[in-house]
Amino acid sequence: MATSDSESSVPAYLVLEDGSIHRGESMGARVEGHGEVVFNTSMTGYQEVLTDPSYAGQLVTLTYPLVGNYGINPQDFESAKIRVAGFIVREHCDAPSHGRSDRTLDEYLKAQGIPGICGVDTRAITRRLRERGVMMGLITTGSPEAAAAQLAEMPRYDDQDLVRTVTAGDRYRWSAEGPLPAGLGVIDGDEPQHRILVTDVGLKYNILRLLQQRGCEVIAVPAETSAEDMLAMNPSGILLSPGPGDPQLLDYVVGNVRQILGRVPVMGICLGHQLTARALGGSTYKLPFGHRGGNHPVQDLATGRVYITAQNHGFAVDPDTLPPGLEVSHINLNDQTVEGTRHRDMPLFTIQYHSEASPGPRDNEYIFDEFLDMVKDFSH
Amino acid sequence: MSNDLDSTTPPLEKVLVIGSGPIVIGQAAEFDYAGTQACKALREEGISVVLINSNPATIMTDTDIADHVYIEPLTVEVIERIIARERPQGVLPTLGGQTGLNLAVALSDAGVLDRYNVRLLGTPLETIRKAEDREFFRNFLHDIGEPEPPNRTVNSMEEAREYCDLMGLPLVARPAYTLGGTGGGIANTREKFEEIVSNGLALSPISQVLLERSLVGWKEIEYEVIRDGDDNCITVCNMENLDPMGAHTGDSIVVAPSQTLTDKEYQMLRTASLKIIRGLGIEGGCNIQMALRPHPRVAEALQAQWEPDSDYYIIEVNPRVSRSSALASKATGYPIARVSAKIAVGKRLHEIPNAVTGKTGAAFEPALDYCVVKIPRWPFDKFPNGDRQVTTQMKATGEVMAIDRSFEAALQKATRSLEIGNRTLLWEGAAAEGQKSGRDSEGLLEPNDLRLWAMMSALRRNTSADELLGKTYVDPWFISAMQRIVSMERRLLGETLTPDLLYRAKRLGFSDVQVGTLADMLPEQVRDLRHRWDLRPVYKMVDTCAAEFEAVTPYYYSTYEQENEAPPLPGRKAIVIGSGPIRIGQGIEFDYCSVHAAWALSAAGVSSVMINSNPETVSTDFDTSDRLYFEPLDEEAVRDIIDNETVDDDPPPSVVQFGGQTAINLSQSLANAGLPILGSSADAIDVASDRQRFEEFLSRLGIPQPPGASVASVSEALQVAQNIGYPVVVRPSYVLGGRAMEIVQNASELVRYLTVATEVTPERLVLVDHYMEGKECEVDAICDGEQVLIPGIMEHIERAGVHSGDSMAIYPGLNLTEQEVDTLVDYATRIGLAMGVRGLMNIQFVIQGGSAYRSPHSPTDDSETTVYIIEVNPRGSRTIPFISKVTSVPVASLATRVMLGETLADMGYSGGLWPRQKLAAIKAPVFSMSKLVGVDSYLGPEMKSTGEVMGIDRDFPGALSKALMAASLSLKRGDGVLLSIADQHKAEALPLIRELLEADCKLYATEGTAAMIQATGMPATMVTKLLTESYPNVVDVINDGTVAAVVNTLSGDTSVMRDGYYIRRAAVDRRIPCFTSLDTARAAVEALLMQRGSYNIEQIDSYLKPIEG
Repeated sequence: MATSDSESSVPAYLVLEDGSIHRGESMGARVEGHGEVVFNTSMTGYQEVLTDPSYAGQLVTLTYPLVGNYGINPQDFESAKIRVAGFIVREHCDAPSHGRSDRTLDEYLKAQGIPGICGVDTRAITRRLRERGVMMGLITTGSPEAAAAQLAEMPRYDDQDLVRTVTAGDRYRWSAEGPLPAGLGVIDGDEPQHRILVTDVGLKYNILRLLQQRGCEVIAVPAETSAEDMLAMNPSGILLSPGPGDPQLLDYVVGNVRQILGRVPVMGICLGHQLTARALGGSTYKLPFGHRGGNHPVQDLATGRVYITAQNHGFAVDPDTLPPGLEVSHINLNDQTVEGTRHRDMPLFTIQYHSEASPGPRDNEYIFDEFLDMVKDFSH
Repeated sequence: MSNDLDSTTPPLEKVLVIGSGPIVIGQAAEFDYAGTQACKALREEGISVVLINSNPATIMTDTDIADHVYIEPLTVEVIERIIARERPQGVLPTLGGQTGLNLAVALSDAGVLDRYNVRLLGTPLETIRKAEDREFFRNFLHDIGEPEPPNRTVNSMEEAREYCDLMGLPLVARPAYTLGGTGGGIANTREKFEEIVSNGLALSPISQVLLERSLVGWKEIEYEVIRDGDDNCITVCNMENLDPMGAHTGDSIVVAPSQTLTDKEYQMLRTASLKIIRGLGIEGGCNIQMALRPHPRVAEALQAQWEPDSDYYIIEVNPRVSRSSALASKATGYPIARVSAKIAVGKRLHEIPNAVTGKTGAAFEPALDYCVVKIPRWPFDKFPNGDRQVTTQMKATGEVMAIDRSFEAALQKATRSLEIGNRTLLWEGAAAEGQKSGRDSEGLLEPNDLRLWAMMSALRRNTSADELLGKTYVDPWFISAMQRIVSMERRLLGETLTPDLLYRAKRLGFSDVQVGTLADMLPEQVRDLRHRWDLRPVYKMVDTCAAEFEAVTPYYYSTYEQENEAPPLPGRKAIVIGSGPIRIGQGIEFDYCSVHAAWALSAAGVSSVMINSNPETVSTDFDTSDRLYFEPLDEEAVRDIIDNETVDDDPPPSVVQFGGQTAINLSQSLANAGLPILGSSADAIDVASDRQRFEEFLSRLGIPQPPGASVASVSEALQVAQNIGYPVVVRPSYVLGGRAMEIVQNASELVRYLTVATEVTPERLVLVDHYMEGKECEVDAICDGEQVLIPGIMEHIERAGVHSGDSMAIYPGLNLTEQEVDTLVDYATRIGLAMGVRGLMNIQFVIQGGSAYRSPHSPTDDSETTVYIIEVNPRGSRTIPFISKVTSVPVASLATRVMLGETLADMGYSGGLWPRQKLAAIKAPVFSMSKLVGVDSYLGPEMKSTGEVMGIDRDFPGALSKALMAASLSLKRGDGVLLSIADQHKAEALPLIRELLEADCKLYATEGTAAMIQATGMPATMVTKLLTESYPNVVDVINDGTVAAVVNTLSGDTSVMRDGYYIRRAAVDRRIPCFTSLDTARAAVEALLMQRGSYNIEQIDSYLKPIEG
């Protein structure tokens, strides 16, 4: 049986910036993988995590130790390919069991040239990140000492504009079958109610799926798309997508965002939420080890209700820097950080968490309905 | 139920919590755990808690857990009296199992809740009814748009056949409006279908049968959900059953979290669960069971032609805290009962702190970074004749849980935790064991208690995964994991052990014993090798959040990984070895003792380190001890933990007196390893358990014991038996707790016993003792080396021959002469001092001479009597909670302090018999026989009861009535009673028969018994024993309700036993009292005659008034 406890294993190392070396076994592609090491506490959904563009530039470790149990299937992708820079697990399953599975996790990583390491004490790594904050790391099958030296020379996560590595090259339309080449003619059977543009700074397909299922015409546009071009498409609403990296490096997107706010109903998710805050003059900061998982409690301050949310972010909006008009609407009950804002005058609200879930609890899909309600109200 | 308080709703100041009563199969220690947590949680909110439970062997009935504790029968009448006195504003029934919910409905139906303006907290009444009533429930699911298993109501065979053609088999048939669902069943074949449906249509008064598609073989998934009064909902955990649909979840191997579900499936079922709890309006915890479409290869094996209209179906909802929620709490660290109790009194999820992290709140969903495996503990080691088939009727008495970072390791650790001999996954005895109960290797792959081992055996014999899946419907993922275990077994058999191989084996959960067996080494050699190679387990924390936040709760499991999170606790500490899974003979009483030991240690400034494997218990609650290791109770696990806690080569001592036989059995291995034991030495323990040494010990003290010897062969046994005289009590020397113990009347029976029932070899000695049919008594005592304190004497109602755990015990011994009492105290004192007991011991006595049955109102018998010692157990016994509660002597706590070096005098106690209380208390056993098909219910030397209740009052009649009421053994005036009395008891039965008539009972009797009654001029109706010949026969009068009780004694001759079996089984199935001991029957009829229709209802502490002077 080829599992992480198999005989024909190749040693691999995860070398961290703090000098620690974690010995395990190689899985996936036998290449080096370099990035910021982060942990995610979801117990299911590794396929969605692997393909979530917000993980670009990161080595992701899952705290749940058994990964790959249900294989990889053709349906549950959140973007066109694997986005993580490397994958760190306690044990991966080479004998997956699921009717929809068509390959193993290991095969998938290999096919896409993404390295992984298994057999390491992922809980020890998680505790390290929790105590010392996220840090850079390198997965290698070579000498760990050499890797440690190499690590110091490599570009840092915080200095990279990762949005450029994940955003769509061209705009495209979303259909029930998936992405279609652009061209603005309506092709779905029913006349769509609203045209929603989704600014792709690293979007997940499920955002598009949920909007499309709600009867919208959904068009994803590249991150660099100018405000004029977006407005020229005559959208009923614009959704600013989630995405990777530090929002401070994204002034070219922030400028466009600033120009659309107030002119079209806008909803921001995650990076989209941070970009909105920055567009209105607020600032963002880096969290020590971020929020990544499917169990974070968020409170809606208007109603007092608590929602369990899917999260994946390393940066947060500083509530003390919010401009007049933009109010904190949601907070995280674990650490009181800002989880959502709402504008008093403009048709605008944002959330730091992922209402599209996938992976994670589907409790917050209602947010898309609220967005569409706002779109309807605005068009009247 | 809304928590919106309008001005007329009184604020909650006092709440009545209903406990779940005696431990029975399906309702075990988990409700003591839940109830205890709830009481603590409510009191934290400033609410005064009134508690009622009939089960004294519970932590929740300790007087410091609730403000007002009532140990009284759980009946509407009793609860109404308590409500009338205490006037609580609310009643919380959701922590008392189905018993609690049923009582809530009954209290409401009886108008009690309205009469006293008591609010039902937690789950609305309508919901309790909905979840129980199939019709209501189906309508509910329909209303909220959640899928129920496909079904159709049919009124004729034609309609039925039409549906059968459409859906295919198997189909479940449920006739409408038949009593207890009689006439229903599952049809796997067309013939069976015709039979069941036509039968069902005939039985149903409206000729209606519900046909439901059977989902056997589908994945069975559970979610634990919590909702608060603001409609905030979370799921605590989901669980996947390794055994697919068809086996009761309580009888299934369960894994948390789910292993084979994609995120899409996980979230689909989670979303459905939230919809259901919202729809039901529950405020608190709820368990939802669902069937999920199986793996395509399983679906293929099921050969269903039917195309399901949904990927999942809702199977069942438990609108309350349940066994599964206890498991989920222990699996995640999230205290469901505690949170549910707070929600029931109006708290919102986010207002309740997460006691585990100490930093976050209860409004989140636990993230696990380990795998949890639960395996049920079945009683078939005690009942080899029982039907081992696992079906929809739960049969397990308890369960074990294990945690590790791989499924394989968790499965192997859980198997070790079961404590069935030394049965690891390597055990190859399933086939032989199965054969005994008429099951071949194919049959063993159907759901039954041996299936896990049968599957492993099959894989070892190269059965392919597909073939195994085709026979078991177990998901391929689990079978792959088992294959990985088998591959490792082969490597260990074939390869030279290297550090790498051993490390990989440990990571797959192989114990040193297993590695030793395969690599041809002694376990101790494997251990040495491990240490030489520096392969030691590390301990990781169960923290609810997968290490995302720092946690404060010291709850650990072992694994083979890099980082150890459990540095040794600083300062003085002691290990408390728990009692493992609940099984017959080792029940919740031992957990009660372990909990008190941990508390006493902490109170004395000694850190308590608890080891246990049972998720149902208070001992494994996160705040019971200073540190908790959730681990198997075997030598390897315990020694590894002690190693981990050792500072400067000074290992902490272990407390072995409270964990029943489990802990006592470990004492020799710990002593051999040079590890310290608190209290009585391993040698003192050995004196009590080694027959030879014990006999010498007693004769040195001049204390008599029934003559007997241990024998190594059949001929030796016959010789011994002839010398000491029949009847003799025989039992294997290597098992304790009455397992396989029998009373044998003659030589041929003895030969049968030694050849069929057990085996006798020089390695496996059998004890043969003269059987003395006398009055049985027992004491628990605390010895500090200087004095022996005896809190009280318990007199058994049933004479010797009935296992003490199955006997009714009276405190204080009401029918003992002062001389007998003095002798008991003298013997106990001398034995305790001479044996060197430090801590607890339990002594069983038999008093010979005089009448074996002493009625509390018959004149005192002046005959000479002799007191014999039957056995001494140098440990806590199952009567500790009872005796503690009726004397107010904190027995377990005092014993712990004695073990730490305090003396009784230091603690303000003196030796001798503690002043007898001015009360009478009776402990009555409770059985789960209706759930164990094929098991004979007669009382004998082998223990059969699963739980106990207590009746306590100011006088004996009140206490007896309440004990019988709580144990469902009460008789009523005018009841019909069926008598079938063995010849040797007939004469003795006459007074009983006279008393039954005095109580206006109508007597029915089998031939011989009827003839005897009629010969004495008393009336009795003869009923035939021959089931085929005439009507009514013995079973008919039971089934049609003509009789409300049965008295059936056994001659000891096995053929007659079979005859009476049908009578006893019918009584059990009909749930009417079945007395197999004349003594119990006489107690019951005397209670009826003595009853003045009144008994007291008091808080437990108001009964306890020590005798002045």
